[in-house]
Amino acid sequence: MSKQFQFKLVLLGESAVGKSSLVLRFVKDQFDDYRESTIGAAFLTQTVTLDDGTTVKFEIWDTAGQERYKSLAPMYYRNANCAVVVYDITQSASLEKAKSWIRELQRQADPSIVIALCGNKLDLAARRQVTEEEAKKFAEEEGLMWSETSAKSGEGVTEIFTAIAKKLPLTAPPSARTGGARAGPARTGVDLNKQANTTDGQNEPCNC
Amino acid sequence: MDEEYDVIVLGTGLTECILSGLLSVDGKKVLHMDRNDYYGGDSASLNLSQLYRQFKPGQEPPAELGRDRDYAVDLIPKFIIAAGELTRILVHTDVTRYLEFKQIAGSFVYRDGKISKVPSNEMEAVRSPLMGLFEKRRAKKFFEFLQSWKDEDPATHQGIDLDKDSMKVVYEKFGLEPGTQDFIGHAMALYLDDDYITKPAREAYKRIVLYTSSMARYGKSPYIYPLYGLGELPQSFARLSAIYGGTYMLDKPIDEIVTDESGKFIGVRSGNETVKAKQVIGDPSYFGAGKADGENGKVRVLEQHKVVRAICILKHPIPGTDDSDSAQIIIPQNQVNRRNDIYIAMVSSTHNVCSKDVYVAIVSTIVETSTPEREILPGLQLLGPIYEKFVSVSSLYTPTSSGQDDNIFITRSYDATSHFETVVDDVTDVWKRVTNKELVLKKREVEVEA
Ligand SMILES: Nc1nc2c(ncn2[C@@H]2O[C@H](COP(=O)(O)OP(=O)(O)O)[C@@H](O)[C@H]2O)c(=O)[nH]1
Ligand SMILES: [Mg+2]
Repeated sequence: MSKQFQFKLVLLGESAVGKSSLVLRFVKDQFDDYRESTIGAAFLTQTVTLDDGTTVKFEIWDTAGQERYKSLAPMYYRNANCAVVVYDITQSASLEKAKSWIRELQRQADPSIVIALCGNKLDLAARRQVTEEEAKKFAEEEGLMWSETSAKSGEGVTEIFTAIAKKLPLTAPPSARTGGARAGPARTGVDLNKQANTTDGQNEPCNC
Repeated sequence: MDEEYDVIVLGTGLTECILSGLLSVDGKKVLHMDRNDYYGGDSASLNLSQLYRQFKPGQEPPAELGRDRDYAVDLIPKFIIAAGELTRILVHTDVTRYLEFKQIAGSFVYRDGKISKVPSNEMEAVRSPLMGLFEKRRAKKFFEFLQSWKDEDPATHQGIDLDKDSMKVVYEKFGLEPGTQDFIGHAMALYLDDDYITKPAREAYKRIVLYTSSMARYGKSPYIYPLYGLGELPQSFARLSAIYGGTYMLDKPIDEIVTDESGKFIGVRSGNETVKAKQVIGDPSYFGAGKADGENGKVRVLEQHKVVRAICILKHPIPGTDDSDSAQIIIPQNQVNRRNDIYIAMVSSTHNVCSKDVYVAIVSTIVETSTPEREILPGLQLLGPIYEKFVSVSSLYTPTSSGQDDNIFITRSYDATSHFETVVDDVTDVWKRVTNKELVLKKREVEVEA
């Protein structure tokens, strides 16, 4: 049987750079120019299969807009195995924001986190404000992965997630690698969902 | 901020976050603000530097306590009772996907100078020193009576009317000794004082069934606890709210609750911006709590009583608990000549709330005298050497009006009970006042598996 891994992936970056659109493209291969916001879609999963048959399941956390007024909760960063920090190549200010999110990650997240810097809206390259060289240089200095994408055309989207899957440490036993708080192989705690359907109280055995 | 909202929620405590989440899911446009730069309000969990800043300003956390970020110290001592209403809300709203829970290892009760485990199964009950042999038989009959009770089957009632007869009558029917009554009423029904004894037995019956069915769920104790601390609970409901379109602003000073000439809510002013909404919900601290003349001269909340809490950092498990990594210890009021019980709630690195080999115990009770810290001594003495102690006395507030006249809905402070059931009662109650309908929990389906 081929190996299976599960990782928690978080998205970060300024509002409107295309984080939710990237997730939607990656998970459902859709794009919508006028989508309102992230309603109901802030928890998605997508599985990538690598050349050797290893499957990597991403548990994807979108910001649900909580990045707008700097109100992302510590829970968001907790146990994240990888982060995609997005900027908009047509807005140079958004790269500065991305840099501050990277600093925040370095402060809050696990030191082993894999970070990819992602320049989105590549289809608008005619209006580019951030050069490839500038972003690439920064990424190299900080030891980050880097690439450009277009959630609209789909260009580069699968590639960046696949590259992350390859970069994640796949050597440890799968149980040790499940990051997120969800039901995965590493979940050792009690499962509320399992128990919740039993009849409530009334006729359960007394343990006194 | 020139948009208009349906509801503005002030404070990100658990009560407010559950309400915010449920309202957003219900399609309301919610703006949720907090004056602090962290989530949780009075139900937050703090890291070491936040803890020292709050309780010992100017003092640095000692390096030997380990990394700041390994700490999530709860401000209120509560656990989740497994078969209770909070569990139901967690499951129905699906926020369990953001959380991971562990059991609390044991529940203990203080009697005659020492602590004993509240039996969690028949074996433990047989061996328990809490009752003599004959008393155990009588207690067994009592529990069998409660377990087999069916409202519609008078044969199970044995002549008792739960809605008329007091708990005293029930205890006497089964001939239970005062010590056993203490144990049942305080360690199982979790009453903080003895007022329940003369009231109809129905409520005590429900509480005992809640306790025993919670105990039956996972085995060791009736309680579960979220990894990384109770502060995860408000965060997870805030996320639910945000996913359904709720807007979040932390670190936002709230300067004024703006009303029209008839006193009806208009909006909330922060600095020189005023955000408008139809309704406002918030915790008492946003509505004049602690100020003699209330909020804008209007007294919106009243102090009910005070609670003293001592957060204690220990370098060892609590003596007499079998080295449990977590525990509840109840000191019934009778045992220490008080009116209210003293509670100890302890968690440790097993729950990812502190460094390895550190234990965090909170000793608390309802204040009865002018020297509250002395009142918790019997609890502190059970802990062994205390490495560091943070003591606070908090007032518990309750709103003076239902809010239906002025669209200002105020939640209650977190009380001295050991679990969150009264928090859910408050959520249900505020929900009903805000929406004019009963709270019905629907399961949400959002995950897209590709
Ligand atoms: N042209 C173009 N527009 C995009 C792209 N990605 C997102 N957008 C648009 O940018 C806006 C913000 O996208 P959204 O995904 O909501 O950003 P978020 O706030 O970072 O989650 C929306 O109008 C999207 O349609 C892209 O690759 N190209
Ligand atoms: Mg988004």
